[in-house]
Amino acid sequence: MSAREEILDRVRSALADVESSDVTETPIDWSYGRPVDTGDLRLVDRFAERVADYRAIVERVPAGELGATVAAALAEVDGPVVADPTVRGRLGVDLNWRDDDGLSAADLDSVAAVVTTAAVGIANTGTIVLDHGVGQERRAASLVPDVHVCIVDAEQVVSDVPEAVARLMSQGSSVRPQTWISGPSATSDIELDRVEGVHGPRTLHVIIVG
Amino acid sequence: MTLTHAEPAPSGKPPAGHPHVGVTSTFVGMPKFPDAARIELANTTQRRNLAHATGIIRDKRASVVGELDNWEELRLAAEAIKNRTLRHLDDYLVQFEENATKAGAVVHWARDAEEANRIVVDLVRETGSDEVVKVKSMATQEIELNEALQAAGIDAWETDLAELIVQLGDDWPSHILVPAIHRNRSEVREIFLRRMKDVGRPAPEDLTDDPRRLAEAARLHLREKFLRAKVGISGANFAVADTGSLVVVESEGNGRMCLTLPETLISVVGIEKVLPSWADLEVFLQVLPRSSTGERENPYTSIWTGVTPGDGPQNAHIILLDNNRTNVLADEVGRAALRCIRCSACLNVCPVYERAGGHAYGSVYPGPIGAILTPQLRGTSSKVDQSLPYASSLCGACFDVCPVRIDIPELLVHLRTRVVDEHRGGRPTAEAAAFKAMAWMFGSHRRLEAAQKAATTSNRFFGRRKTIGAIPGPLAGWSSARDIPVPPAESFRDWWKRERGEQEPRS
Ligand code: SF4
Repeated sequence: MSAREEILDRVRSALADVESSDVTETPIDWSYGRPVDTGDLRLVDRFAERVADYRAIVERVPAGELGATVAAALAEVDGPVVADPTVRGRLGVDLNWRDDDGLSAADLDSVAAVVTTAAVGIANTGTIVLDHGVGQERRAASLVPDVHVCIVDAEQVVSDVPEAVARLMSQGSSVRPQTWISGPSATSDIELDRVEGVHGPRTLHVIIVG
Repeated sequence: MTLTHAEPAPSGKPPAGHPHVGVTSTFVGMPKFPDAARIELANTTQRRNLAHATGIIRDKRASVVGELDNWEELRLAAEAIKNRTLRHLDDYLVQFEENATKAGAVVHWARDAEEANRIVVDLVRETGSDEVVKVKSMATQEIELNEALQAAGIDAWETDLAELIVQLGDDWPSHILVPAIHRNRSEVREIFLRRMKDVGRPAPEDLTDDPRRLAEAARLHLREKFLRAKVGISGANFAVADTGSLVVVESEGNGRMCLTLPETLISVVGIEKVLPSWADLEVFLQVLPRSSTGERENPYTSIWTGVTPGDGPQNAHIILLDNNRTNVLADEVGRAALRCIRCSACLNVCPVYERAGGHAYGSVYPGPIGAILTPQLRGTSSKVDQSLPYASSLCGACFDVCPVRIDIPELLVHLRTRVVDEHRGGRPTAEAAAFKAMAWMFGSHRRLEAAQKAATTSNRFFGRRKTIGAIPGPLAGWSSARDIPVPPAESFRDWWKRERGEQEPRS
């Protein structure tokens, strides 16, 4: 018998006590996808506060100042900056741009910074979700460079995880690769002292537009 | 170069019929919990580190859980979702396989550790690579994959900082979440200086014991491995049936490196990791980080579905692992242990774990969850597995924090009965005799509370002593091997009432 058949057989005989073949025989008393209260702060302010809690850099700017803000955020960066043409077009600033035309891991290691947009921002947890669609780069490109500047539009911010999951599903993101980012890379493995920046970008700069 | 894992330990195969749950082959002579605990108790550095660390995590957890006014609802939902999955596991496994395959992954099934290891070794060999980078994974520790890879001439690099410390130190993990919790910073420095040079980029000579410098050394040491790796190996925190997606929750970004840079990704996933639907993630991505690291959300969560052209590994393999999970499933009471999402909250609140440390449990699953899961996975034929259901004071704190509401005390009593039943006919062991005496006291929460109250009021009896030492009478066999903490001045339930007022822990 194949391992598959044998394991499924074992599962079925282990579940001899389960009489119904209807999965809903175990009710789940939970309503999915609903918005959650964000407390005394409104969505976007709560989001900004919670992102800052992770020691990420957060700024909120009107659309007209986005380009200048990104340029300022990258003023100190020494080396090429990867961003999608759609993002560059939106920023309209001159930087040491580089296309991610299938860069190797080693090439990515020599990239200084990456600028992406996001799919969703989550207020109560301060999380940005990338579904790696247009403007968000593939997963490796938002990981290897040491600085990640992430642009989140105010209307992309939702209250909490339930609303985020619902929105991602409605956008068709649930079968796309996703990266949920809550602050820069961090470890607490040595005597539980938090150290930022082990392998991911050591600087996370979130710019909220609108 | 190959990293030898636990080289000085006695070698040998685990006895037949004693399946792997990690640590078995090296710890063939593993002492049973009371003996191991006594040795570990003498390690004051560990006790100090542990008390400090678990205290911090406990406080963080309590504060982020306190932010949610629907925590209890979330726990009930998490419990119900997992129960639904387990009661129809065959359906969900088939559904997961179908959707993952459709998305471009190759799904394999493994009856036991040997089969899983063989599949991984064959897949790595097919790539022509002789090294792999690994994301921290309990499942691969459970099957002792690193040892199997090493035997096949393949180097397996652990990339989680704590796992790196454990691996370079030829050591065993002692905590689910913070595997090197028993090591302090100067030990880490010493390990890095001594071993990094043998296996790759050396640690800088002027390395200090500042955690920042140590993390930087790990970053540089591992980066060269990430950049050249052709094969990544991971586990998964969740496997989503209705999409075929896998989810890995982590902090450092080493997971993202392993999951996206290599050409081939092999994920070893216990069959109990399935969730029915993608929507269910909204429950688990709330309860897991808050319960484990005490964060609102962990720094990185990666979710992927099969293969995405142009993004990440183009060969994705998933190994669905049984390794006795179906035996656990067959026990209608014990089955609840399979709900576990390995958050480690139960370790951090357990007074026994805090004193004994993770190594005393002789398994990759330490603490309260280890005490119920390991003997179920391995069976209760060995002394260590027979003793594990006794490695608890049944105070109930583990149940109160468990995000999937596993009633660990109830399962401990259930397993004790199993151990005692298995001994019936022979001469009762000390544990069995002790069990009879304790079964009465621990038989109900009410009696336990009364006993704790009685002990509390007689506190002056113990004076300034921190531990009771041996108790005469029927408990002698049990207590002689344990430093029983003096009953706290207040029972857990009284403390809870005082701290939480309105919310009663369940009885
Ligand atoms: S038993 Fe519960 S508290 Fe313990 S690790 Fe598992 S899920 Fe977490």
